[in-house]
Amino acid sequence: MTDLHRRKVWRDNLGSYAFLTPWLLGFLVLTLYPMFYSLYLSFTKFNIRTPPEWIGLRNYLVMFVGTDRLPKDERFLNSMVVTFKFVFISVPLKLVFALAVAMLMNKKLKLIPLYRTLYYIPTLLGGSVAIAVLWRRLFAGDGLINMILSNVFGAQNLPAWISNPKYALYTLILLAVWQFGSPMIIFLAGLQQIPREYYEASSVDGAGKIRQFFAITLPSLSPIIFFNFVMQMISAFQSFTQAFIVSGGSGGPLDSTMFYSLYLYIKGFGFSEMGYAAAMAWVLLVIIAGLTAISFRASGSLVSYGSGE
Amino acid sequence: MKTRKDQVGRLLLNAFIIALGLGMLYPILWLIGASFKPSNMIFTDPGIWPKVFTNQNYVNGWKGIGIVGFDTFFKNSFVICLLSAFANAIFCSITAYAFARLNFIGKKFWFAVMMITLMLPSHVTTIPRYIMFRNFGWINTFLPIIVPKFFATDAFFIFLLVQFIRGLPRDIDESAVIDGCSKFGIYTRIIMPLTVPALITTLLFSFLWTWDDFFNQLLYLTSPNRYTVPMGLRLFLDSSGMSSWGPMFAMSVLSLIPAFILFFSLQKYFVRGIATTGIKG
Repeated sequence: MTDLHRRKVWRDNLGSYAFLTPWLLGFLVLTLYPMFYSLYLSFTKFNIRTPPEWIGLRNYLVMFVGTDRLPKDERFLNSMVVTFKFVFISVPLKLVFALAVAMLMNKKLKLIPLYRTLYYIPTLLGGSVAIAVLWRRLFAGDGLINMILSNVFGAQNLPAWISNPKYALYTLILLAVWQFGSPMIIFLAGLQQIPREYYEASSVDGAGKIRQFFAITLPSLSPIIFFNFVMQMISAFQSFTQAFIVSGGSGGPLDSTMFYSLYLYIKGFGFSEMGYAAAMAWVLLVIIAGLTAISFRASGSLVSYGSGE
Repeated sequence: MKTRKDQVGRLLLNAFIIALGLGMLYPILWLIGASFKPSNMIFTDPGIWPKVFTNQNYVNGWKGIGIVGFDTFFKNSFVICLLSAFANAIFCSITAYAFARLNFIGKKFWFAVMMITLMLPSHVTTIPRYIMFRNFGWINTFLPIIVPKFFATDAFFIFLLVQFIRGLPRDIDESAVIDGCSKFGIYTRIIMPLTVPALITTLLFSFLWTWDDFFNQLLYLTSPNRYTVPMGLRLFLDSSGMSSWGPMFAMSVLSLIPAFILFFSLQKYFVRGIATTGIKG
C-alpha cells in the first residue's frame, strides 16, 4: 500500500518536473554554471585565446587600490562614479515625474486613455538605437535643442551639450527620465485603488490638497513607490545602449558617459581582458544585491503596508 | 456657478496635459518631419512640417551600406524577434504552469531561485556564455540570441504568467483531473487557452525587447549580412558620418514602426502587462 502510494508520488513528481525541465536546464547551463565560471575567471588573467592564468585577487586589487606593480584603475573608479550619478539622479527624478503625471491623469477626464497612450510613447521607443541616434543630434552644438533655444528664446553661446564633458551625462539622464511611462502606469493603477472616502473624510476635517498628498496619497502608494525604485535602480545600473550610441562606443567625451556596463564591455571585448571584466561583473552583482538589501531594510520604516493594500 | 468653474478648470487641465505631451513628443515628431526634408534643410529648420517634401532619404537609406541594404537588416530582425517571442511564450508558459498549478518536491525553492534570477544583472553570465557559444561555433549566427529563449531564461515572463494563472479559478482544472485529464491535457486544453491575454502580452514584450536588445546583437553578430536593424543603424552612423543624416533619420523612423504598430493595435495588453507585474519598462 505504502509502496504503491510512494510510487504514485514519485510518478506525480516526475510528471511535474517534466514541465520544469526546459527552465531547469536553462537555469543550470545558462545561469548557474556561467555565474560560477565567471567567479572563477575573475581570479584569472584571460584573453580567450590562451587558457586562463590564475592571478588571485589582482583584478580586484587593481580596481580599488592597485598593486605594487600595477596602478589603481582610475577609469574603473570613474565609471563607478558616473554610473552612481546616473542612477541616483535619474531614478528619483523619473519616479517624481511619473507620480506627478499619474496624479494629473487620475482626474476624471474623458480623454485619459488617449493621454496615457501619448505619454507612454517615449517609453515605448526610448530604448531603441534610433532614439539614441536622435538624442545625439538633438543635443549637438547645431542640434534642435540649441536651434530652439536660440531662435525662440534668443539664447546665445550655447554649449554642444553632447560633446561637453560637463553636460553629456545629463543628456543621458534626461533621456532616462523621459521614459517615465511604466512607473506612471503603475502609479496610476495604484492611485485608482485608494478609496475616495479617505479624501472626502479628510476634506471634511479641513485638510488641504498638500496635506492630503502627504497624509493619504504618499503613504498609500509607498509600497508601489518602493518597488518601482528598486526595479528601476537595478535596470539603471545596467544601462548600456544609450551611452554606447550617444558616445559612439567610447564613453566620451573624457569618459564622462562611461557607464559601468560600457566599461565592462570595452575591457572584456575591446581589450580582451575577460578576467577583469568578469571581476567587474561580480562587483556589480554585489553592489546591486547590497543596495537592494539596504532598500528592503529602509523600507521597513518608510513603507506602510496598511490601509493602501 | 460651480459647474461653470469646473468646466473652465477641466478645460485648462486638458490644455495643460496636451501641451506637456506635445512638448515631450516634439523630438519624435521632429524626427519624422526631418526624415522627409532635403538634407540641407534638416538642421536649419526646427519646425515639424517640411517646407519641401522629398522621399529621397528613404530611397537612399534603404540601400544601406555597401552591398547590404536595410531589407536584410529588417529580415534578420524579424526572424530573430519572431522566433524569440514564440519560444518565450511557449516555454515560459510551460514553466509558469508548473509553478502555478503543479505540486512537486522543491517547488518553493525553485520558485525562489526563479525570482532571484529576475533581479540578477545579466553581466555575470555574459562572458561565460560568450565563451560557451564561441566554442559551439555560434558566433555570427542568431543562435546565441534565440536559443536561450527556448530554455525560459526570461524570468520576467514566467512571473507574469504565474501571476495570471494563479488568478484563474481552480475548479476548472480540478474537475478536469476528476475527468481523468493528464497534466499535459490540462495545460493544452484548459490553461493555455485561458492564458491567451497574458501570452499576447508576453509575445508583445519579448518581440519589442529583442528588437531593441542591442547589447547581445553587438556581441554576437559580426558581419553586416547578419546585422539587425539597430546594428544597421549603428553601422550607418559610423560609416557615413555627418553627410547623410537624412537617410539616417529615415531609417530610424522605419525602425520604430513595428513598435508603433504593435503598441497601437494591442494597447490594452501593454497596460495590463505593466500594471499586473509592475516590473521593467
